[in-house]
Amino acid sequence: MKITTTEHKRCDVVILEGKDGKKARIDTYTAPKLQEVLNGLTDSNRYNIVLDMSEVDFMSSKGLWVLTETQKKCQHLKRGELVLVNPDEKIVKSFDLVGMGDYFTTSNDREATVGAF
Amino acid sequence: MPTVVFSGRFKSLAKISKFVKKHAKAAGLDDADIYAVELAVDEACSNIIEHAYQGEGVGKIECACDVSANGLTITLRDNGKAFEMDQVPQPDINRPLQHRTKGGLGVFLIRKMMDDVQYSSTPEKGNVLVIRKQKASG
Repeated sequence: MKITTTEHKRCDVVILEGKDGKKARIDTYTAPKLQEVLNGLTDSNRYNIVLDMSEVDFMSSKGLWVLTETQKKCQHLKRGELVLVNPDEKIVKSFDLVGMGDYFTTSNDREATVGAF
Repeated sequence: MPTVVFSGRFKSLAKISKFVKKHAKAAGLDDADIYAVELAVDEACSNIIEHAYQGEGVGKIECACDVSANGLTITLRDNGKAFEMDQVPQPDINRPLQHRTKGGLGVFLIRKMMDDVQYSSTPEKGNVLVIRKQKASG
């Protein structure tokens, strides 16, 4: 999985991509890499994060936890928010199934989300 | 029955996923059910590595796929520590974000995603998890 981070004035955009023409998977093998990137942002007091999941077609509970833990940090003291862009419908369903769906705002437009911060 | 033995490493998860997805498609499952199988198997194999073997590179995971007219049955076998599946506490899925604590999601998802889940552990056969997904009618 390839992870690209771009710093904007009021938020950071994190884009997840697969390799070799494949979609990205977030499982126990790849989740620590995503966690490292997101922790890097929150450790730098950057709590407005736009996560582009357009190219992600699988997310296990490890991935759900990485995003939930990050959202906890972002929303603590109302200092920011992690917004998910274009999450796959099946991934959204698994979020809902484990009671995590309400923790996240989702969007289908990355640029508009960046502009809204 | 197609059976593959994978290394008990997290890097194997993508390969295991590819193997079960191929047979889930062959069984005629729809996209949502194929994803359900993929997620359940990924959670189960992660649990085997983390809890049964308690680390990577300790043992193998045998995965068998049985395609039938009704759907797909997957058997996962390992030789790690026995796992008390029924003893895993249910996650509290109604907790607000700041009070949400880790744990129990893997087993919860396996049970939610699959139509039937059977686990056994014996010295002769090791740990055996049999999970079934029925083909949606119509």
